[in-house]
Formats: sequence, C-alpha cells, structure tokens
Amino acid sequence: MSFAATTTVAAAVNAGDTAWMLIATALVLMMTPALGLFYAGLVRSKNTLNTFMMSVGAIAVAGVMWALVGYSLAFDQGNGFVGGLGHALLRGVGFAPRPGGTIPQLLFMAFQATFCIITVALVSGAVVERMRFGAFLVFAALWSVLVYAVLAHWAFGGGWLQAHGTLDFAGGVPVEMGSGFSALAAALVVGARKDYGRQALLPHNAVYVLLGAGLLWFGWFGFNGGSGFSTGHSSVLAFTNTLLTPMCTLVVWFALDLIRGRRVTAIGAATAIIVGCVVITPAGGYVSPPWAMAIGAFAALPSYAIIMWRPRTRVDETLDVLAAHGMAGFTGILFIGLVAERSWNGVSNGLLYGNAKQLAWQAIAALAGPAYAFTVTFVLLRVIGLVAPLRATDHEQALGMDVVQHGEEAYASGDGAILVSTEAALDAPVLVAQP
Amino acid sequence: MKLVIAIVRPEKANDVLEALYRAEVRGISMSRIQGHGGELDRVETYRGTTVKVELSEKVRFEIAVSDAFVKPTIDALRAGARTGEVGDGKIFVVPLEQAVRIRTGETDAGAVTPVDDA
Repeated sequence: MSFAATTTVAAAVNAGDTAWMLIATALVLMMTPALGLFYAGLVRSKNTLNTFMMSVGAIAVAGVMWALVGYSLAFDQGNGFVGGLGHALLRGVGFAPRPGGTIPQLLFMAFQATFCIITVALVSGAVVERMRFGAFLVFAALWSVLVYAVLAHWAFGGGWLQAHGTLDFAGGVPVEMGSGFSALAAALVVGARKDYGRQALLPHNAVYVLLGAGLLWFGWFGFNGGSGFSTGHSSVLAFTNTLLTPMCTLVVWFALDLIRGRRVTAIGAATAIIVGCVVITPAGGYVSPPWAMAIGAFAALPSYAIIMWRPRTRVDETLDVLAAHGMAGFTGILFIGLVAERSWNGVSNGLLYGNAKQLAWQAIAALAGPAYAFTVTFVLLRVIGLVAPLRATDHEQALGMDVVQHGEEAYASGDGAILVSTEAALDAPVLVAQP
Repeated sequence: MKLVIAIVRPEKANDVLEALYRAEVRGISMSRIQGHGGELDRVETYRGTTVKVELSEKVRFEIAVSDAFVKPTIDALRAGARTGEVGDGKIFVVPLEQAVRIRTGETDAGAVTPVDDA
C-alpha cells in the first residue's frame, strides 16, 4: 500500500518542475533588494538607506501578510472578485500540488509570495525621499492585501479576468499595472518632495542604478521563466523572451536618447532594461520570440514619452513607476490580444491570428486593473493619512530621511563620532534640531 | 575690500546661492566642511555601536567683495541661511589685503567687481 501512495505523489509532483521552481523563487526574492539598489541609486545620497529600506520593509510586512491572509485571498476558491479564507495562516498548504499543478502548493505559495513582495516595493518608488517610514510600513501591509491579493486573484487565482480568458503570464495586471497606477495615486496623495520643481534633484549613484537593473533582469528569468510553474514549453518560451525583449527595448531607447540629446545615457539604459522586462512579463509565455522582440522595441516609445513628460508636471511620481511599470505593463497586456499564437502557447490566438475576443478581454483587463489599483490606493492612503502623517516635515526632508528615520547614514565618515558606551544613551532620543 | 566667509547648513546652500544671485553678488567659492556650532549632537546606531556625532556637514562660502557690497552680501547670506534654530551658522568678515584677477592682472576693487558680460 505504501508503494501505491508513493506513486500517487510521484505522478502529481514533478521533480524537474519542483527543482526549477525552487530556484525561480529564490531568483524572484533577490529582485526586491535589487530594486532597493536600483531605487537607492536614483535618489539623493542623504536618502539612500531610507529608499533601500522601503524594499526591505516590503519583504518584512508584505511577506508576513501574504502568509497570514494574502495568499488565501488571492488563491483560495472564493468569488470572482476575491478568494476565500480557507488558506489563511497557510492552512491546507502542504506538499500536495494544487489541482492541475505539478509542484507542491507550499512552493507555489512561496513563489507567489515573492511576487507580492516586489510589487509592494515597486510602489515605494513614487513616495521616496519624503514618506515617513512607519506610515509606509502600514501602507505596505494593507496594500499587499487590499490591492495586490485582489488583483492576483483576478488574474491568477481563478477570478473574473482569468475566468473570462484574459491572459496574463507573469503579472501584467497585479504586478506591473497594479504597482504603476498605485504609484500615481500614492504620489498624488503623499504630495511632492519639498524641493520638487525648485531644485535639481539628481540621482546620486548611477552605478547602483545599472547594477540594480542588471540584478533585476537576472531575477526576472525566475519571475517570467517560473510563471509556467514547470520546465515545459511556456516556461522555456517566457525565459527566452525575457532575454530577447529587453535587448530590443535597449536598442530603441538608445536611438531615442540619441535623437533627443545626441548621447546615450546610462540611467536611460537601466530604465530600458526594466521597461523591456516589464512588457514581456504578461506576454512572455504567449507570444513568439520574433513578436517578443517587436514588442520590446515598441514598448520603449510610450514609456519614454511618459518619462519625458512627467517631470514637467507637478506630479512628483519620483522614480517613474507609472512609466516603467504601469505603461509597459499596459502595453504588454494589450499586445497579447494582438499577437498571441496558439501554435506557440497552446492556449489562445490574438487578433492577428483571428481571435478578436482575446483583444477585447485584454483591453478590459488593461482598464479594470489600473482603475482598481488607483482607486483603492488613493482611498487607503487618505485613510492612513487621517491617523498618522504620511510625510516627513520640510525640515526632516532637508536633513535627509536616513538620519531622521533610521539614525544611520549610507556614507558615514566617522568624523566627529564619539563612541557612547553607556546603555542609557540607547534610550536617548535622536537629537536633531526641531523646525 | 573684505572677505566674507559664511558657514551654513548644507540644506540651505541652494537658498543662499539664490539669495546671493538676487543680491547680484557674483564670484563665489563654496566648499563642504564639517563643523560644530553648538547644536545638539546626533545619535546614530550601527549594530551594537552607538555614536554621538558631534560634527555636522556644513557648507562654507567665501566671497571677496568691495566695501559697498559687504552689507548686501551679509543680508543675502542671512536671508538664505536662517532657519531660526541653533546651528544656522556664522558669517565672518575679514579685511582683505590684496586681490588679483589672474586673467587680466587687475587688482583690488577691479578684481572683485564682476565683469559685465552684456
């Protein structure tokens, strides 16, 4: 009898698939510190640690919330809008696969957790250099449930978009548009930085930005390549498209930089890598490699346009999450409806291959996802703002968020630092001149 | 002819530059320094190490001006740098023996008067 039990499990759980998903999960978790590095390079040096810590904070609170209720609300059977609470506190999440799956549900949950975490971290790009750290942690915890888990249910967990046939391979709706349009709402509610529009607020370390982008791309092979949950065709296709697409985005971005300023910029290149990875996130497992390259080339245009236009507005969506993630995710979701090929994906054709209905459901997803993300984020931050201030004061922003929020500096020289040996000093408040 | 030295908060350096520009004071040197002006010490913690940071980042402006420009320069520096809190900085005015413009060899008042490009 024990022999029978073993073969049942062996038939359900595939060793190769599980091995790949273990690695893919670790790759995706690495993307969040990589994003922290990317974002930290884009801010002024006095805000380096705070910016990085927002990503680390997302790992902490979004990860915990995911295990408590987020996973259940996203992936437990519920209604079309949100999942149930059957898997709350990871009840029933064990070594058996989900229906139709070939990896343990426990691993599936872990893989999806890393998606929730990085999505929360992405939103922080809109509010760096002025949002209070405590308020951000509260926001991150609630947002990961109220926005991310709900959108993940719509797209991945059997919610209404997935039920109607919307295709979203690795998270164009919950991750990319979810973060991008939430970022816009967050920037509007939290407000601009003290010096925005008055002083030049420049990236302090372009090498961090490039290294962060490189590590993100590396991690993205797990993100997209893992979203087939197997070592099968769709994973191989998505993995390869994750290689090809950002290359094309880079080339077009170079050309746009050359036309605009006669120079190819490094931070532009880092941005292009992100845009290329984002646009292929929803489409990776559904489109042919040549179309993936075309999508990558095209995706540079709308995102570049928004990045040029946004700083001329009063909206301090500081690190352009809307352009890099919201807009590129929107582009990717729509392109599935145009160029998906059943001969490659085994699921559905797009408009160019005779299936207009696919484009219709992609368009609905491209409107509904952003609308939900924007609205809920806007209201959520307003509510948190009633309880606690969202912004650091002008004086605190002038001193820098690192010293004020964390009592540390990224580039501490040690000059003039006197060792405090008594325990009493630990209880002393952080002494900074009040405004 | 005086040398005006001002030590200000780094976060006010841009406001100072703006105020000096409005006062038509040109010819400025600026450097990042570390200083202590009696403000409260900052406590920082790195793992088990807690330190009191006594020196803060400051910015030093050095401006050589003719006598008529001393007061406008001081006014502009105060307007730009003041927050009203301890640690706003100091302005020192010291006599200047000689100034030479390297390009032309002009000396003293001629050397510290900006060239009108227009």
